[in-house]
Amino acid sequence: MTTTAPPSPASTRRRRRLRPTLPQVLPYLLCIGAFLIVWQLLSALLGVERLPGPINVLVDTWDPYISQPFFDDGGTSKGLGWQILISLQRVAVGYGLAAVVGVAIGGLLGLNRFAGKGFDPVVQVLRTVPPLAWFPISLMVFQDANTSAVFVIFITAIWPIIINTAVGIQEIPQDYNNVARVLRLSKRAYISNIVIPATVPYVFTGLRIAVGLAWLAIVAAEMLKADGGIGYFIWDAYNAGGDASSSQIILAIIYVGVVGLLLDRLVAWVGRKVSKGAA
Amino acid sequence: MTTATSSPAFLEFRDVGQVFQTRRGPFEALRDINLQVRQGEFLCVIGHSGCGKSTLLNMVSGFLQPSHGSVTLHGKPITGPGPDRMVVFQNYSLLPWLTVWQNVEMAVKAARPELAAESRREVVTHHLEMVGLMEARAKRPGQISGGMRQRVAIARALAVSPAVLVLDEPFGALDAITKEELQEELLAIWREQKPTVLMITHDIDEALFLADRVVMMTNGPAAGIGEILEVPFERPRRYEAIQDDPRYGQLRNHALDFLYRRYAHDVD
Ligand SMILES: Nc1ncnc2c1ncn2[C@@H]1O[C@H](COP(=O)(O)OP(=O)(O)OP(=O)(O)O)[C@@H](O)[C@H]1O
Ligand SMILES: [Mg+2]
Repeated sequence: MTTTAPPSPASTRRRRRLRPTLPQVLPYLLCIGAFLIVWQLLSALLGVERLPGPINVLVDTWDPYISQPFFDDGGTSKGLGWQILISLQRVAVGYGLAAVVGVAIGGLLGLNRFAGKGFDPVVQVLRTVPPLAWFPISLMVFQDANTSAVFVIFITAIWPIIINTAVGIQEIPQDYNNVARVLRLSKRAYISNIVIPATVPYVFTGLRIAVGLAWLAIVAAEMLKADGGIGYFIWDAYNAGGDASSSQIILAIIYVGVVGLLLDRLVAWVGRKVSKGAA
Repeated sequence: MTTATSSPAFLEFRDVGQVFQTRRGPFEALRDINLQVRQGEFLCVIGHSGCGKSTLLNMVSGFLQPSHGSVTLHGKPITGPGPDRMVVFQNYSLLPWLTVWQNVEMAVKAARPELAAESRREVVTHHLEMVGLMEARAKRPGQISGGMRQRVAIARALAVSPAVLVLDEPFGALDAITKEELQEELLAIWREQKPTVLMITHDIDEALFLADRVVMMTNGPAAGIGEILEVPFERPRRYEAIQDDPRYGQLRNHALDFLYRRYAHDVD
């Protein structure tokens, strides 16, 4: 027999991370298990027709919604993977626009004291408007459900981005501004050496809040009026009212939650990468 | 301190007063400050907390304009901050997203745009070597100790070769050993470049070790210069040597007497 080399520290470390020990996963197992059991009990109490339990959801939606996320029967009958992608695409356009425009406007409001003060009431009022309140006016202006949905994302997501960018600039520590003043930094050097790096963490706080709002808004907007998308799927399943419709809705809700979480983590991760050293 | 010489001093405070407009009405922080500083002089300012030391130096760095009188450099009034009067702030004020090297380089680039990239690199290297930080040049401020941060701040300030260096309690937050090391490094760079130094301190021993003259301020409001001590020790100075000097004890007692008897901080 050949003697096997002892595992290198690196590989043992990796294995330890890959195979988590029982104490590490125990809280998750217990708590999520308890949650599923309560859910199942509630379902038994209310009746499976009104609230399917976790097992029913799994059984009802396994084929095709879980096993084939990317089936496409034409029209709006698509797998949940497709529906999510359709929603994500709308979010990407609206959120992307909101990020660009929001940072630009927030930057101006932050750098220009006069405008920052003057526009603050407008921003404060508009930011509290619930996403769907924008939908009717958006439909009237754009006359198109898809564009309107994208606009709703845009207008929902933009406020936290504007506010955080502006606040980030206003909150640049006086120390850094004093350094800039002593060195007589040019406007350009001031913006690139101080304003941008000092503000990036704030901008990403705004972007992170915004992505959550955007995801909330898209599902709601699609439920009102859209062809395709995860919100549409939920509303469509409800209207169809078949045996498995409530299971389908619950499955879609889980998808929405997981994707929302992933979006949030993604933005947070990018933010950490970009604002290295700052804050 | 009321002698008015005909030739303008290098740095001169003439009848300077500072009145802050506060919500509870005007507050007179400083009154009738007259002081002449020679070029290349090392001056320490001592006084109780809140007497107006920072206010005094802020009129040199240009963050503050005097309400009365004038502060002039080369005979010209100081109108705003500028790199000819670099400041070492108490809380270092390094940019946390830049490395040690980049912090110094950024300052040199901004304040001495005429330097070519090669000479700029030499200047940065030289000043980081003077404070013994070449090894740490790729680190960010968050990754180094407080003493190292203050070293970077000093290197940054001196790398732009200012005519005046303003230090507001630069070593207040450091432990005794680090403090002594930094004092020696500061003196070494000062000897090399001979900027005029104005430094606030709470530490009489520090002032006597570093300064040519120690300005002792009376208590506010309407604080003024109470007395100026000439520090006669020869340079280069060493702590052990000057502490054995009999004049050291006299000066020290004199300063202590001023601060803790004649201008004892009234507990309000
Ligand atoms: N911008 C300002 N507005 C109003 N009052 C001020 C202002 N700046 C300083 N003062 C007041 O002027 C006085 C002198 O302040 P200053 O900061 O110069 O004191 P200091 O000697 O530097 O004190 P410390 O040793 O604590 O730093 C204090 O009473 C302070 O409250
Ligand atoms: Mg002070």
